[in-house]
Amino acid sequence: MAVIDLANPTRFLKLTSRLLPWLAGATVLAFAYGLNAALHAPDDYQQGATVKIMFLHVPSAWLGMLSWALMSVAALGTLVWRHPLADVAAKAVAPIGAAFTLMCLITGSLWGRPMWGTYWVWDARLTSVLVLFLLYLGVLALYWTAEDPGRGSRAAAILTLVGAINIPIIKFSVDWWNTLHQPASVFRMGGSTIDPSILHPLFAMAIAFTLLFVTLHLAAMRNEILRRRVRAMRLMQAQGYAEARS
Amino acid sequence: MNAFAALLTRDLKLAVRTGGGALMGAMFFLIAIVMAPFAVGPDLKLLAILGPALLWLFGQLATLLALDRLFVADHEDGSLDLIRTGDIPLEIAIVAKAVAHWLTTCLPLVVISPLLGVMLNVEPRALGWLALTLLAGTPALTFIGLIGAALSVALRRGGLLLAVLVLPLTIPVLIFGVIAANAAIAGPGPFGPPFTILCALSLASLVIGPVAAAAALRHAME
Repeated sequence: MAVIDLANPTRFLKLTSRLLPWLAGATVLAFAYGLNAALHAPDDYQQGATVKIMFLHVPSAWLGMLSWALMSVAALGTLVWRHPLADVAAKAVAPIGAAFTLMCLITGSLWGRPMWGTYWVWDARLTSVLVLFLLYLGVLALYWTAEDPGRGSRAAAILTLVGAINIPIIKFSVDWWNTLHQPASVFRMGGSTIDPSILHPLFAMAIAFTLLFVTLHLAAMRNEILRRRVRAMRLMQAQGYAEARS
Repeated sequence: MNAFAALLTRDLKLAVRTGGGALMGAMFFLIAIVMAPFAVGPDLKLLAILGPALLWLFGQLATLLALDRLFVADHEDGSLDLIRTGDIPLEIAIVAKAVAHWLTTCLPLVVISPLLGVMLNVEPRALGWLALTLLAGTPALTFIGLIGAALSVALRRGGLLLAVLVLPLTIPVLIFGVIAANAAIAGPGPFGPPFTILCALSLASLVIGPVAAAAALRHAME
């Protein structure tokens, strides 16, 4: 089945309604396995049990970034190929990506409190994730303020692509800003080789998170398609009233 | 090139004549900088430390002020349609409008920044360098801001939405602008690298900004 076959929303709805229960089931199973593995993972000799925050924190960070990549691909689909489902995909992924990025920030902050003694440090990594979250908010604000869905999605597609060019620049400049201002940072992730006993649950959780992401995204796309149909039907109904009255 | 010059002079004239907001950005900049010592206290040492950061931050906000009317006013009176169907490509026309915006909004900021630097107790020998960083960095702010200005035509909503969209994208300009300004004053680092990166950001946004803004305008007018 080619991507072009999915351009028909009805076919897409039919396919996803068959696919979604399986995906939801797989997500539950993957979380059951991943959470169990995470609970039984050994404590870190230095960090104690707080190392387990990582099993939520790292997958959220991955998905927060993956969502923007997906949004950029969908933005190209909207602007270049005018794929009818591309803007639905982009609109559906934006709040999910923002949620994962926020979760990454919150879990990171909760992890930072016992480890570094503070909830927030203006470290390069933290700051660039925060900026990513702000960019998501910008895209969401665009969708909220657009009166016409088609127009809003094209505007958001342009902003997404500009953001995709800018994210590496922002990341790089934030790194530079930090290294000049805080040479001895508290954040020392680099160089720590992760033990297989911790790496295994981490991957299990990453798979579970990705499944959750795909499930939520497909469900959100379905909702968006149905919402647009409801809107179109309401508009037709309103037009019918207007014509009947005149 | 004739159409480019004509559009540029038209925008400059509109900005300086009645109803235009040519010096509003500079006035906002002045007032915001004057208010800063009320917030942080009149301690001259502290102001000297915060000086470059305050100048850059408020300068950045001031450049945003006139942006939301940049295309909306032309869209409302129909001249944007004429510009779009005119002799020169929309991208080049947008560059002309951006240059006019920079000359009327950003250049006055650069000119008064040494004076405001004196008020914030910035070292006298560094005032010229500070103005130079603003001169090199503000084109990037204008060209990135174009994207927000064009999107606000598409959505018929400007103002705060524009700030929400544009400000995160201008973070690199702020970072390197303040690093370069601090390096010129006392900083441990050299002035050259951050300053050249600032110039590079301006040149890169000269390419990206008009293309993205033209795409947004074309979609808005469909």
